[in-house]
Amino acid sequence: MGRYLLGRIGQLALVFIGVTLLIYLAVFVLPGDPIRNLAGHQQLPPDTIAAIRQHYHLDESFWQQYGRYILGVLHGDFGTDFYGESVWDLMKAGWPVTLRLASMAWVFEIVLGVGFGVVSALRRGKLSDHTLLLLSVSVISIPAFVAAFAVQLLLGVKAGIFPIAGNEDGWPMSYILPALVLAAFGAASVSRLTRSTMIRSLQADYIRTAVAKGLPRRRIVVRHALRNSLIPVLTFVAIDLGYLLGGTVVVEGVFNLPGVGQLLFTSIRQQQGSVVVGVATALVMIFLLLNLIVDVLYGLLDPRIRVV
Amino acid sequence: MSNVTVPADESGQAWDIEAQASLSHTALARLLRRPSFLVAAFIVVLMIVIAAVPQAFAGWFGHGDPRACDLVNSAIGPSSGHPFGFDKQGCDVYANVIYGTRDSISIGLLASMFGLVMAVVLGSVSGYYLGVVDAIVSRLSDVFFGFPFLLGALVLLTAFRAHNVWTVSLAIALFTWPTLTRLMRASMLTAKEHDYVLAARSLGASDWRLIRRHLLPNAIAPVIVISALGVGAVIAAEATLTFLGVGLQQPAISWGLQLSDAQSDFQVYPHLLIFPALFLSLTVLAFIVLGDALEDVLDPRRNDD
Amino acid sequence: MTIDQTPLLAVRDLRVDFTVRRCVLNAVRGVSFTLTRGETLAVLGESGSGKSVTAQAVMGLLDPRRAAVSGAVEFAGIDLLRTHRAERRRYQGRRIAMIFQDALAALNPVVSVGSQIAEVLRVHDGASKSAARTRAIELMDRVRISAAASRYDSYPHQLSGGMRQRIMIAMALALQPDILIADEPTTALDVTVQAQIMQLLMQLRDDTGMALLFITHDLAVSAEVADRIAVMYSGRIVESGSAAEVYANPRHPYTAGLLNSVPRVAARGRRLTPIAGSPPSLTALPSGCTFHPRCPIARDICRTDDPPVLTTSPGHTSACHFAEEVHREPVG
Repeated sequence: MGRYLLGRIGQLALVFIGVTLLIYLAVFVLPGDPIRNLAGHQQLPPDTIAAIRQHYHLDESFWQQYGRYILGVLHGDFGTDFYGESVWDLMKAGWPVTLRLASMAWVFEIVLGVGFGVVSALRRGKLSDHTLLLLSVSVISIPAFVAAFAVQLLLGVKAGIFPIAGNEDGWPMSYILPALVLAAFGAASVSRLTRSTMIRSLQADYIRTAVAKGLPRRRIVVRHALRNSLIPVLTFVAIDLGYLLGGTVVVEGVFNLPGVGQLLFTSIRQQQGSVVVGVATALVMIFLLLNLIVDVLYGLLDPRIRVV
Repeated sequence: MSNVTVPADESGQAWDIEAQASLSHTALARLLRRPSFLVAAFIVVLMIVIAAVPQAFAGWFGHGDPRACDLVNSAIGPSSGHPFGFDKQGCDVYANVIYGTRDSISIGLLASMFGLVMAVVLGSVSGYYLGVVDAIVSRLSDVFFGFPFLLGALVLLTAFRAHNVWTVSLAIALFTWPTLTRLMRASMLTAKEHDYVLAARSLGASDWRLIRRHLLPNAIAPVIVISALGVGAVIAAEATLTFLGVGLQQPAISWGLQLSDAQSDFQVYPHLLIFPALFLSLTVLAFIVLGDALEDVLDPRRNDD
Repeated sequence: MTIDQTPLLAVRDLRVDFTVRRCVLNAVRGVSFTLTRGETLAVLGESGSGKSVTAQAVMGLLDPRRAAVSGAVEFAGIDLLRTHRAERRRYQGRRIAMIFQDALAALNPVVSVGSQIAEVLRVHDGASKSAARTRAIELMDRVRISAAASRYDSYPHQLSGGMRQRIMIAMALALQPDILIADEPTTALDVTVQAQIMQLLMQLRDDTGMALLFITHDLAVSAEVADRIAVMYSGRIVESGSAAEVYANPRHPYTAGLLNSVPRVAARGRRLTPIAGSPPSLTALPSGCTFHPRCPIARDICRTDDPPVLTTSPGHTSACHFAEEVHREPVG
């Protein structure tokens, strides 16, 4: 297990360098004045431009600049906005909100996804299966922001059950609708994946052995079939974390929740390029770390991986 | 190819009466028998046609010009001659939705094609030569995998000066190629093991010939299927990016822009939201169902019947 | 060893039809046999003969959505085919147990082998975790797995083929079943390991006095282990009788052909005599006696009439119109 872990951390380090290099290249090295690119259509006064130039050490060589950038990132310095306020400070206030939203969405995704997937697999070919399949395809097809609007309209305005936006009702009421929208895509995908892996597992020889052993149906489904099915599902959930992180941008923006995602949302609208890059970088770092954690869990769940 | 009868597998669990030799012929027949595939294919073809010649469709209702706007008509709901109503600028929503198809479908197909080409080239080279080339490509795709899709495209597009169909497609493609490349590589590795490849090589076939004539045609099938499945996701992604403000921008006509405009007022004027949303969702749905059907039919381990 | 005469298991006219993509395949076409307490019956046949399907039908392992099973499978007087699944569970694993050919596929890859054995004890006997663990280790010892206690937590992929098969046997014997069904348990193993497993099985059988239904395609193995033999061909039992009888005086051309085709050292220099042709596909069964295309003594009636099961001598049956004409080629 130790070697596996070491290998994964090594890979993480490499990817980290690659990712930061890429972001850095994209922002600072692309043709055109990086500052003007980041500022978009805003017209910045020359003093501000000079100040930013100096702050980002844009007159130094590429590697020096990149070195500073990496060191900065490792210290939690993700740059500043055009008024000099540190991106890190801007994000601090938003983390609790985003964390709550993301964790609620994650729970929804797993519970609904696996639940529906198992039901679908067990009732394969029947009406409930077809209905669930249709439902999940439809959910996958509707982009998150469209779903957000629709849900706001139907459940918020018309039915008046949930708050349409904002954080006034606090936890959990303000978060339920956004979390559902955020989780929807993932839940639908997880349910389809669970369904197909369950069906495959249920056809495996060891299920036949379990039946021959006279085990009760529930035990076979949960302890044997599901246990094997969860491995690919876990892999997917890991990849999906990225979607969740990216999705907070849209969901927090539409539902007006004051989290890190909304910070990103508004800074795009306000053309604060450096904030966009800074926040995005921070989120990517988190994503990489989460991936590592999931890899470790994967090793714990599937004993065959550990020996490799 | 005739049906090859195989002595029954004792357990009866894994019969395979039809041979897999001529997959395309039987696959097509099976596809045509599925109503979901037919409906989805119809919608996809319809959308592509609309994208190609929007003028032909826009004129069916009203004047058919998306840019003929009159503030007098601001935000009027569906009415005679204008079934989708008007937006806040007084432009005909129907015409705008029809013309919006063009950019969305273009990006969908373009980005998928970019991704496919990159994946085929990198994946086959990586899978065939292995060694250093493979290591480099794998590390590179690891790096791109390190970005959640939306965030990566966000950063890139924030940095780009121009935001047109080409740059948006490129940005999206840069984050879809890793998955496809991995698939292509795996496919290539499997194809390499086949005996006919060994035979061809022992007859002196060059690397290029081997790849082109023997390996590629077999390895490429699953990649194309996943690519097709991806078009729907790409269209949704473009709409999201445009909605956020980093995708296409005014004066382009895109569903994402229309939805972005609708954000502040749709609660009072739902028609601003409904029609672009409907077209967008329907198109994405059709592509996904299409890709699903293809995947189901071409996967020899079909067990979802 | 005296054998109790009341049949423990009586299979009557068992038929299994599979529906695959609108074709109906008759995998088992009217199989009947009995098994008495302590007896070993070998069901001998090639791939496609329906022997495994028969075993799975007896055990109740076939998916009702794909397989239509009819006939009767009576265990101690109760027709298992007519009992509800919940009822049948009381027999499965407890009174009748089964081991399979591919032990790696038949064991859950993500659960330790020890807990898979213990599971049977916990579910059927309500044993506590520690009691089950102790008993499981005892069982592992009994099937001659060295260092059983340390192997308890191993996973299937960490063990050799022979050891995995022993685990399966331990699992099956945990509740001291009356009948053990062994579906080609040694086919996937190396020859030396095969011998070890066979020896183990026979010893356990002798120690416990359980009945053994042994499915195989191997003539030598059946000769070694069986009291009685039933030879199957394309879904039917074509010959059955005591092992000694059937080997000495085969009464069906198929059996004779099988025995004749075995290469013998004494016959060195003579050409090998396989049975002509190959087993028929279930989608295109020959008319009349399904063996007739390959039979050296086939006549017109064989093409049209399915032969009835005739008793050629006490305890010895054959499904051939011309059973008396069948003989085995002399050795040497």
